Amino acid sequence: MAEYAIELRNVSKHFGPVVAVDHVTLSIRDGEFFSLLGPSGCGKTTTLRLIAGFELPTGGEIYIGGQLQGETPPYRRPVNTVFQNYALFPHMTVYENVAFGLEMRRVPKDEIQRRVREALEMVRLPGMENRRPNQLSGGQQQRVALARALVNRPKVLLLDEPLGALDLKLRKAMQLELKALQERVGITFVYVTHDQEEALTMSDRIAVMNEGRVLQVGTPEEIYERPTCRFVADFIGETNFLSGRVKERRPKEVVVLVDGSVEVLVAADREVGVGDEVTIAIRPERISLHAKPPDPRALPGRVEERIYVGTDIRYLVRLTEQTVLSVRQQNPGTDAMIRFSPGDTVYLHWRLPSARLLTE
Amino acid sequence: MTGSRGVGSGTRRRGRWLARLLALHGVLGYLFLYAPIVVLVIYSFNASRYASGAWRGFTLDWYARLFTNEAIGAALRNTLIVAGVSTLVSTVFGTMVALAMERYDFRGKLAFDALLYLPIIIPDIAMAVMLLLFFVLARVQLGLTTIIISHVAFNISFVAVVVRARLAYFDITLEEAAQDLYANEWQTFRRVTLPLIMPGILGGALLAFTLSIDDFVITFFTAGPGSTTLPLRIYSMVKLGVTPEVNALSSMMLLASIGLVLLSLLLQKGGGGGIEIA
Ligand SMILES: Nc1ncnc2c1ncn2[C@@H]1O[C@H](COP(=O)(O)OP(=O)(O)OP(=O)(O)O)[C@@H](O)[C@H]1O
Ligand SMILES: [Mg+2]
Repeated sequence: MAEYAIELRNVSKHFGPVVAVDHVTLSIRDGEFFSLLGPSGCGKTTTLRLIAGFELPTGGEIYIGGQLQGETPPYRRPVNTVFQNYALFPHMTVYENVAFGLEMRRVPKDEIQRRVREALEMVRLPGMENRRPNQLSGGQQQRVALARALVNRPKVLLLDEPLGALDLKLRKAMQLELKALQERVGITFVYVTHDQEEALTMSDRIAVMNEGRVLQVGTPEEIYERPTCRFVADFIGETNFLSGRVKERRPKEVVVLVDGSVEVLVAADREVGVGDEVTIAIRPERISLHAKPPDPRALPGRVEERIYVGTDIRYLVRLTEQTVLSVRQQNPGTDAMIRFSPGDTVYLHWRLPSARLLTE
Repeated sequence: MTGSRGVGSGTRRRGRWLARLLALHGVLGYLFLYAPIVVLVIYSFNASRYASGAWRGFTLDWYARLFTNEAIGAALRNTLIVAGVSTLVSTVFGTMVALAMERYDFRGKLAFDALLYLPIIIPDIAMAVMLLLFFVLARVQLGLTTIIISHVAFNISFVAVVVRARLAYFDITLEEAAQDLYANEWQTFRRVTLPLIMPGILGGALLAFTLSIDDFVITFFTAGPGSTTLPLRIYSMVKLGVTPEVNALSSMMLLASIGLVLLSLLLQKGGGGGIEIA
């Protein structure tokens, strides 16, 4: 039974010596907004093209709606793509572009007319039927590309950085609109982006990729709060890393000796042994600064720099010889703020679950 | 301030002189190229019986005579048959070659590429001798067929080059988009690729047609009895002396060629109405 809209099992794609996609296994649920997130060249586009059928995998299997795809050509797969550069047909009008898929599937003329009109209304682009793509703005072309894909009511819509070419303001607006649209039509979206903020705000789940591999799959919250490896913690948002060695294991906690000098307590949410090399990740906004130790766990440090960022005040605090932590404090207004100055001794404190134990 | 203004106007003045000199140069160049043509056209309206005689007044007689001359009529028919058939064949094959060269990688592609340009580069006379040799060795009767085959041989290259230039600008994701929207390979070609490269194909076809009509050397070598084309006809007429009739015929061919070349250029620029690439 088709439990998943899309399943990739151990899928690899090699281009000569280049391994673009490396043993990727993914299960994308029906109706999910699923993002592939990662830096440039990590294999996001290739993964999407493998699902669409523009590339055939070197190894592994791809299932769409429970059906093994094998060498099925793109035109027999129940998915549609919104291309990064839109790829609208320049010799056809907006109407002809949107109607193309329906015509190829021999849908009756009057139904085509109705569905094209509906699709153009859905992307809020009515009355443009007779224009050519080159008579449209970037944002409008983007909507036509969306309508051209959605009009076919595919099981899955594949989107490759569809907002990449738009300016920041339009992009923000389209993010919300796309998300709302996806919830309304209930189609599974597989969305490629290298913008972590975009992925966090839009997705139900995210797969973080690097060098052809999927490193972690989870909800935006899981990915942000509980990154499982250093790359994910570093790629999503800002993170401080403390490296050290496990000194002691307690039932619920682990004591890590950071840089051979400072003892840091973290929750024992993964198996480590005494003596193991580990990394602790902690977000700058989860650290608070105090003039006096608020708790025996608080660590002393010295303020090196204070940077005014508007919404926040950012401090750089030296913890050890090797480690400087970035700390963000919300800016509640100039007068209300307890400020520290470079040279001050401060106490760093965070709630125990805020620090994450990572193995490299 | 004043100084700088002075320098500025000085440069401008010098620029103006340079521009005039260049313009004169251009005019002289065109004069050199086109004066003989202008003379030819003017003399085709000369009432004198001698092609290079003194001006005896305006007449359309020579043109009228062309249309009643049966030998010229036959030559015109041959020319159109050769040009029509060879254009059709070479356009189809030239387009296919261009698509293959642009889209597929295969062993020996580079060598094939070089071979494709050969008919454009090698002298007509060498190609003519080669073709003649080939036909003689293959024991093919010289006639319209051999002319057509020969014209196809050089036209394929020209068509392929023109179509390839168009294909180089073709965005391959458009074909992927079509396939993504359920169009199979053939539908993709017919609905997306073909309309978008059509200006290139038509441009190539017109170029082929023009080259075919104008060709003398290769046609001369591969023609047989009864397959005289217009250029061959003109040549044999000139051997008996340049008559005003020859002038008129040449003028007509000139007009046709210029028209075809202009049309071909226009199409390649993609100006041809609906069929344009964004
Ligand atoms: N057709 C191809 N031939 C050879 N190498 C390729 C091809 N397509 C992709 N690659 C390589 O595969 C790797 C992954 O490419 P891909 O386009 O999937 O990255 P991406 O994550 O989409 O990056 P970006 O964010 O820059 O679009 C890259 O190293 C790229 O150079
Ligand atoms: Mg990409």
